[in-house]
Amino acid sequence: MGVRRKMALRFDLIIFTILLFASPVLSDLILSKVDRRIDLTSQIVRITSTLKVENEGSEPVSEVLLAFPDLQVKDLALLKASPHEGKGKVKSLSASLPVENVKPNGMPAALTFYAVKLPKALGKGDSYTFDVLAVFAHALRPFPEKITQADIQLVVFQESAFYLTPYVVKVQSLSVKLPESRIESYTKLENTKIHGSEIKYGPYENLPSFSYSPIVVHFESNQPFAVAQEVVREIEISHWGNVQVTEHYKLVHGGAQNKGEFSRLDYQARPTIRGASAFKYLIAKMPPRVHSVYYRDEIGNISTSNLWGDSKKTELLIEPRYPLFGGWRTAFTIGYGLPLKDFLFELEGNRFLNITFGSPMNELVIDNLIVKVVLPEGSGDISVSAPFPVNQWEETKLSHLDLTGRPVVVLQKTNVVPEHNQFFQVYYKFSKLSMLREPFMLIFGFFSLFVAGIVYMHVDMSISKSSAAYLARLQWDEVQAAIQQVENVINRCLTTHDKLEASLRDLSRTGDVQACKAARKAADGLLKELSKELKLVLSFLQSSSAASQILPKVEELVAKEKDLQEKVMAKHSTVVDCYEKKTGIRDSENRVAAQQQKITALRQEVENLLELIDEI
Amino acid sequence: MAAAAKAGEATLRHAFGNVLSFFILLLIGVLAFSIRLFSVIKYESVIHEFDPYFNYRVTQFLTKNGIYDFWNWFDDRTWYPLGRVIGGTVYPGLTLTAGTIWWLLNSLNIPLSVETVCVFTAPIFSAFASWATYLLTKEVKGAGAGLTAAALLAMVPSYISRSVAGSYDNEAVAIFALIITFYLYIKTLNTGSLFYATLNAIAYFYMVCSWGGYTFIINLIPMHVLLCIVTGRYSSRLYIAYAPLVVLGTLLAALVPVVGFNAVMTSEHFASFLVFIILHVVALVYYIKGILSPKMFKVAVTLVVSVGLVVCCAVIAILVALVASSPTKGWSGRSLSLLDPTYASKYIPIIASVSEHQPPTWPSYFMDINVLAFLVPAGIIACFLPLSDASSFVVLYIVTSVYFSGVMVRLMLVFAPAACIMSGIALSQAFDVFTRSIKFQLLRILGFSEADAGDGSSANVVPENDAVKVDKSEETIKERPSRKNKKKEKEQMEKAQAEKTSAKSKTEKRLLVLPMELSVIGLLLLVFMGAFYVVHCVWAAAEAYSAPSIVLTSYTHEGLHVFDDFREAYAWLRHNTEVDDKVASWWDYGYQTTAMANRTVIVDNNTWNNTHIATVGTAMSSPEKAAWEIFNSLDVKYVLVVFGGLVGYPSDDINKFLWMVRIGGGVFPHIKEPDYLRDGQYRIDSQATPTMLNCLMYKLSYYRFVETDGKGFDRVRRTEIGKKYFKLTHFEEVFTTHHWMVRIYKLKPSKNRIRGKMKKSKSRTSTPSSKRSGSRKKNPWQ
Repeated sequence: MGVRRKMALRFDLIIFTILLFASPVLSDLILSKVDRRIDLTSQIVRITSTLKVENEGSEPVSEVLLAFPDLQVKDLALLKASPHEGKGKVKSLSASLPVENVKPNGMPAALTFYAVKLPKALGKGDSYTFDVLAVFAHALRPFPEKITQADIQLVVFQESAFYLTPYVVKVQSLSVKLPESRIESYTKLENTKIHGSEIKYGPYENLPSFSYSPIVVHFESNQPFAVAQEVVREIEISHWGNVQVTEHYKLVHGGAQNKGEFSRLDYQARPTIRGASAFKYLIAKMPPRVHSVYYRDEIGNISTSNLWGDSKKTELLIEPRYPLFGGWRTAFTIGYGLPLKDFLFELEGNRFLNITFGSPMNELVIDNLIVKVVLPEGSGDISVSAPFPVNQWEETKLSHLDLTGRPVVVLQKTNVVPEHNQFFQVYYKFSKLSMLREPFMLIFGFFSLFVAGIVYMHVDMSISKSSAAYLARLQWDEVQAAIQQVENVINRCLTTHDKLEASLRDLSRTGDVQACKAARKAADGLLKELSKELKLVLSFLQSSSAASQILPKVEELVAKEKDLQEKVMAKHSTVVDCYEKKTGIRDSENRVAAQQQKITALRQEVENLLELIDEI
Repeated sequence: MAAAAKAGEATLRHAFGNVLSFFILLLIGVLAFSIRLFSVIKYESVIHEFDPYFNYRVTQFLTKNGIYDFWNWFDDRTWYPLGRVIGGTVYPGLTLTAGTIWWLLNSLNIPLSVETVCVFTAPIFSAFASWATYLLTKEVKGAGAGLTAAALLAMVPSYISRSVAGSYDNEAVAIFALIITFYLYIKTLNTGSLFYATLNAIAYFYMVCSWGGYTFIINLIPMHVLLCIVTGRYSSRLYIAYAPLVVLGTLLAALVPVVGFNAVMTSEHFASFLVFIILHVVALVYYIKGILSPKMFKVAVTLVVSVGLVVCCAVIAILVALVASSPTKGWSGRSLSLLDPTYASKYIPIIASVSEHQPPTWPSYFMDINVLAFLVPAGIIACFLPLSDASSFVVLYIVTSVYFSGVMVRLMLVFAPAACIMSGIALSQAFDVFTRSIKFQLLRILGFSEADAGDGSSANVVPENDAVKVDKSEETIKERPSRKNKKKEKEQMEKAQAEKTSAKSKTEKRLLVLPMELSVIGLLLLVFMGAFYVVHCVWAAAEAYSAPSIVLTSYTHEGLHVFDDFREAYAWLRHNTEVDDKVASWWDYGYQTTAMANRTVIVDNNTWNNTHIATVGTAMSSPEKAAWEIFNSLDVKYVLVVFGGLVGYPSDDINKFLWMVRIGGGVFPHIKEPDYLRDGQYRIDSQATPTMLNCLMYKLSYYRFVETDGKGFDRVRRTEIGKKYFKLTHFEEVFTTHHWMVRIYKLKPSKNRIRGKMKKSKSRTSTPSSKRSGSRKKNPWQ
């Protein structure tokens, strides 16, 4: 109570100062009717005033001044004037009237003035009606400032019952809309009525300029006081078809501070009573066809989120990791992709991005919003058009395979409310060929890698052509060639043996001894030639020093082969003999069987040796 | 001409084989990488468990501040108020590896976050490890065995358990380093090349950087060298393989700050130096043997041996005296618990309290290496046919690692590569035998049918097949239609031949030819076994080992339910407490708290100071007042406890509580374990001891728990709690997560102490003065 009284006192002081300086009256405008509606249903205070201006003087007037106390101005997030269009409030951007900050002479110092430019100058006796929307970000003060988990959150709002204006006001009224019907206290003036959750002041008639009568409303508000201390929005354009938006939030519950214990038990058992002031979730309204949405913080994914949507919009519900009580903080990141064709357009060779400025979150106050638009590498001629004043500068960002970096347009604005969620444009020039730069770079990179590989494999890298190692390698190559030759010869020998075997089989089938003998003769000739060849190669191997390691094996192989050859010949001759002498075939078979065993064993050994040498 | 064509064909086959094995290896790498991604797909790309969070934090520091700051990093956010010298107490291999990868990527302008790099380091290195296994096994038993072993290692569950995406721990790179060191050792041993010996020393250095398990290498390789010397396999190649490793390796190892002079001072390294000396003696002996005549040599031997023995005895006596003078015999606690499995449980409860330091159970073998357990013996046998230097090394490797894995579950990881190599050899040999038999028999049958069809057709077929093989088949053609009796004879002959070959197979394995049916069945069984292994591995990777343990999930009838309480609590601490606040919790959560909540902790998972941990344990097991005093003296602002009683999360603090009591009691004797046990049983129900029901851990865990369901039913212990209604006088609840899994309490400021004391004295009959003196005594800081 004491605090409120002090506040009231301070306001009285302001009024005194205002009245002291408020002698000169500007022009001859009067406000014939002022109708103000204050919306306190959320943490953002929206004051909509409908002003009817009349010119009683003789000179035409084209400007109307709006006055705000400095205390309010620092919370003022948005001020917008638009022509009044009956009851149905249509907020069309094109119809808005230009508003600018002015400092007229001879006005009280504690006030800030804004001038609304009327569409046409008002002549004598003309009147014009327009709406002024003023949005305040932190105008609601929690009182008491610290509450426990079980307490409800009470907030205080201060305003003047009379419209603060440099003009004379004929008729005016004020209605204050509260979120709930529970009102702790409010200032009672004459003509004060209360209807449920709405308080009405007025009508008041014929008040002089700079009339001021403070009112204080102290009421329950358990609306989420979600305040983002900083939001960094990064919009990255890829001409391959995607606009990637990444938003980093630093969130705090801006309401009454939580003091004392937090009991999960109480919160879970009676969340509406023991945790009324906390907020559990935020809802973001995103454009349609949004894809790859993620929600995480620096320690990983946050699983409590929900996404649904239709063809017109997508809604994302995100729950922070824990319910936010007064004063609690959290930080998180959301990211999503948008189809490029919905946001990027071409105009006379220029491209422009047309995307909303603010955060998609519902009823979120952002103290400091930084929007970064990352344009593709190689864009130029960048210009920005924003519907309201913002700070602006440029950076570069190095990202995937960039050489020079991507130009980044940075826009910064303080005190951002959902009303700022308007479209802004970034114009730039970009040639389609730059798009292919990175794929070509990759192709070239891999190509040169493979070329380097091929060159390395084919170029003799040895430094000295006369070094011992190099000579040894050359020798070794020769030895290998020789061994290859040996193997070939042996293989051919083996095939000859097989041919002999085949001839034997033919013999047993047809009994044609002559053919068999002919085959034998041919094989003999061939084998002789082969053995000559073998000798040549062997002599080379014996002379070469590099082959000393492998030589024993080769020699063994040759010896084994010779053995095998002899055995095969012996078998052949026995069988042929048997046929010639017409002795019992059965008998010959018995004799051959023993030989056959040895032959198979030898052959196996030879093959083993061949493989062994192959491996070496 | 024909010969030239054949030669060309052979080189072509060779080249084709090379390309094929290259692609198989590539696919194995892809398999090794992708089988470890289940955790990312099923959960998210996040660091797992406890230690990886520390490594992640260190990597973050490294990437932010650079290598020099990293070496000199004194971390004041842990072990408060002592702090910890990170640069000198951490194995830097993993951190440097990930940091290098990150740096490389960033300098190529590929903006991956440090976290992403850390998450995927382990899968990348497991691909490397399987390639290293291929190289190692190829050196031992050829390329076929190498490929099989690499494929087995790529998906062995034991290794997967330590290297899934997100499991950013030392073992992730250490296994690769281990295998590559072994490979380079074997390679040097086979080639005698000094180049490979140098590489070997560098690989060993990387291993020393990465993991404390490097002592396994520096003991195993000397053992193998000794084995070679004893079995008379000394060669100059052995010398080249070993001597540079010891000299260079030790020098390099001493460069790693965490090892430093330990590389020459501790007993773990003595074996290598001893063998180094022995190797030189042997080399000298061989040299002298070469220049002396046999007779002279004998004389010299007797002379040297008699003198040498005396000297040796003296040296050994000095060594023993030196080593015995130190209390732990120069061995670190973990190494000692390896040599004596009962050591830890007797003397160091802090080592014994870690579940991964317990000996494994039999099912865990089946879980972790599955069918490999059955293939290993076959592989060992295959290694003896014939025994080479390389195969004797792998046999030694598997024998020692089996022992170590039997002591500690964690070392199953060292055993797994050995098991894979052995099984790869076994499988490859078995496949070799079976396929050769089938090929042989098949060609016989083919040849038979060809003979039936006519000679003309056989002539056509011959060039198509491998010439030698077809000829072989021709030799054994059976001629059933022409003469029946002859055929019988031939069959007999063949039988004899088969018998002979089977008899010969003991010495000449290539002669082994099995009957067709048997080999087909055997092959099928092998394939089935392989398929079973693959299915098991995929299951293990997907279900058993991919949980990140900071996020828990359960399937209810409503679908997937996520328990993300740990991160909820850490996020709360991070955003809603002062930057310099100290948080006390049991040491398990220390790394996570520093990494995720960025708050100073009292103790963490690097359990280097037993007393400090015991202090926290004592506080947790003390009554509220004494605990408050301990915590207050440590400047603690918040106390974090993990409580699973509401949702049934079994590894919570109440279940770990006995370890706190034991560790606390080990340093502060007024904490006695029997005080917390009723007839030797640990219980928290109405039968529990008053000490138990009044200790801080009980109170913080169960504060207002009874109000959830009216009875206080603990779902982990499956009982109603003993003491249901109580108030906290020195602590206040500041945060409890959604499922009550983490509860955070704040120490009330000291002015409340008097009021709390008065309340206490009122509720209890004892006089305040005696209470005060009693609690004084219990504070170990006074």
